[in-house]
Amino acid sequence: MILFEAKDVTKRFATQTALDGVSVSVPEQSIYGLLGPNGAGKTTLIRIINQITAPDSGELFLNGRPMRQEDVNIIGYLPEERGLYKKMKVGEQALYLAQLKGLNHSEAMRRLKYWFKKLDIIDWWDKKVEELSKGMQQKVQFVTTVLHEPRLLIFDEPFTGFDPINVKQIKEEILFLRERGATIIFSTHNMSSVEELCDNITLINKAHTILEGSVEKIRHEWAGNEFEIVFAGEVTPSPNGHFTVLSSAFDEGKSKVLVKAAEPVDNNAILSAMTAAGTVLSFNPALPSMNEIFIRVVETKNRESAKN
Amino acid sequence: MNKIALIIQREYITRVRKKSFIIMTLLTPFLFALIFIIPALVMTNEDKEFKKIAVIEDGSDLFTNVIADTRDVDFEYLSGVKLNDIKNTFSEMGYYGVLYISPDLVTNPDAIQLISRKQPPIGLLDHISGSLEKEIERQKLLAYNIENLDEILRTINTSVRVQTIKMDETGSARETSTGISMALAYIGGFLMYMLVFMFGSMVMRGVIEEKTNRIVEVIVSSVKPVQLMLGKIIGVALVGLTQFALWIVLTLALVMIVKTNLLPEGTMEQIQQLPRSLAEADQSVPGAATTTVTPEQLTEFQEIFAGALNQPWGLIIFSFIFYFLTGYLLYASLFAAIGSAVDNETETQQFMLPVTIPIILGLVVAMGTMQNPESSLSFWFSIIPFTSPIVMMARIPFDVPAWEIALSMGLMLLTIFGAVWMAAKIYRTGILMYGKKTSYKELWKWLTYKG
Repeated sequence: MILFEAKDVTKRFATQTALDGVSVSVPEQSIYGLLGPNGAGKTTLIRIINQITAPDSGELFLNGRPMRQEDVNIIGYLPEERGLYKKMKVGEQALYLAQLKGLNHSEAMRRLKYWFKKLDIIDWWDKKVEELSKGMQQKVQFVTTVLHEPRLLIFDEPFTGFDPINVKQIKEEILFLRERGATIIFSTHNMSSVEELCDNITLINKAHTILEGSVEKIRHEWAGNEFEIVFAGEVTPSPNGHFTVLSSAFDEGKSKVLVKAAEPVDNNAILSAMTAAGTVLSFNPALPSMNEIFIRVVETKNRESAKN
Repeated sequence: MNKIALIIQREYITRVRKKSFIIMTLLTPFLFALIFIIPALVMTNEDKEFKKIAVIEDGSDLFTNVIADTRDVDFEYLSGVKLNDIKNTFSEMGYYGVLYISPDLVTNPDAIQLISRKQPPIGLLDHISGSLEKEIERQKLLAYNIENLDEILRTINTSVRVQTIKMDETGSARETSTGISMALAYIGGFLMYMLVFMFGSMVMRGVIEEKTNRIVEVIVSSVKPVQLMLGKIIGVALVGLTQFALWIVLTLALVMIVKTNLLPEGTMEQIQQLPRSLAEADQSVPGAATTTVTPEQLTEFQEIFAGALNQPWGLIIFSFIFYFLTGYLLYASLFAAIGSAVDNETETQQFMLPVTIPIILGLVVAMGTMQNPESSLSFWFSIIPFTSPIVMMARIPFDVPAWEIALSMGLMLLTIFGAVWMAAKIYRTGILMYGKKTSYKELWKWLTYKG
């Protein structure tokens, strides 16, 4: 079931086109990654989803029906450029933002206490925001984003500014929110978090979608006929007509060997060559990291457009 | 709760709780109270000490006993004393001063001197010259040998004191005091200028704070930008009204305290008697010459209070609140638009100029208005919405025709709609724009964006 869908969204500003016919469709209770280089148009798309700006053309659907202004109440949005009123007290401010999202006072209070305790920031309730560290402020902001239990959560770069422990904590909370039924769109440059968290992604470059689909499928598509074999002991298989060896490393009694299969790929022939070379501990297609895919796709695209 | 109400509440409460607000609210009434109290104190406490003045005539007795003693001053006529005998010693002898009258005073009006250690009060000088003038006139008339001169003089003795009375269209007259009107015009115009500027730029700083803090993006994902802008403008307006109301209450309280504790006994009674004597004066206005009751009785101090009491206070206060709210709304929305278009406060300069020029122009014209409230410059500037709050406040104490006020207020309301609409358009785009220095061309584009 698709919770949110954007069809053919185009947005032009005075001097540039921010989005040109971009479509995304986000399945319910999944985590959707919005990737792209700086200035690709991600933030514009997010603002359009939040009804902050209107697209020049294109349609937005929520639960299969066209999106309305009131729908922002079921969205929780953590912008990339985060800010709070510096002179206001933390608790007061969180309460204010929660009420703006439509929660009544007592309910907002109850949920705030719950989340503040969960994220260990309850001691900061009566402190002014300017007394908090950046990470602390981010946590406060995270709480105010998820507090009204929105069905659709949008996080723009949620991990910047956090130390590794807090990154882990926030990742856990995001997964927990998905478990509880939330659908999450998040934009990031942190590719390892994409591999860990995202079910699907869209890669936007210069206002266009250049890659989309499930993370699993994309990584397999970009696997490029490479396999990673781990041997017990120091082993270097000798290449034959079926494969060439790309790299080989020996460490702690194991050899990790990366081979490239020759066309047509014959997995069995490669595997039997491996078993002949030594004791095979594992044999896997070598999946490229999202980081590699990101760089390769964007660079290829930019070369193409440079040619035209 | 309604979202805009929530925004208003936050804007209001965070500002009212600020230390700077509390200090301003408590200190300003002292300044206002001083403005009221100091002139009163100066007038009532004016040199009440008893004085003796030695009068020396150079070898004649033409003016002996001509100058009557007053409540505070005794005149002692010393015969056979030369000016040089006493010139340096009068102070030790207990005299406040020496009045030297030369015998040719009748022909030479400058032939009189008052020598004293201190600057003598104007009232004393008036008393002396007035008495002598009368005596000289009398003596000159005497030279004509007119029969029953004293009788004739009594009947022609007239006291003239200019009271300014303006008739309004219904024919009822009101006594006015130009001095008080000018003071009110000045206070009204200047206060309006100050308040509009102060609270207008408060809105601008609030907008810039939200923009630079990037909190605006979180908020506009919950409410529409125009709601946020209006919430802020209304919230600050309420802060302004609160402060204004507290100023009035605290100032009145202070004035009362000072009046009852510091002003000499009897002042209060004098003030309380005023309305009655004024009522009498009012009734007898058409035949001003027969008004024998009030003028002589009113001391200068009383006159000031009378003039103050006689001002159209209801109209002044109503207009002040109206022009404060509308003028503020006009400028606050412009200031909000400016705040949304820039990244920080230093960048506001280029857009501030066109907004501040009308305000300052208003103030300049308002100052001129006090001299000449009916000039066509004052008229037009009190009708044009951008300057009318300040200039009209300076005109109202001098009586402005109702249609002019209505026209000015009507135009003001229309302009506000335009200004708020324009500001909302610029604001909506501006608050989400970062990093680029905004030009006027850009602003125009934002204005014409649709949707």
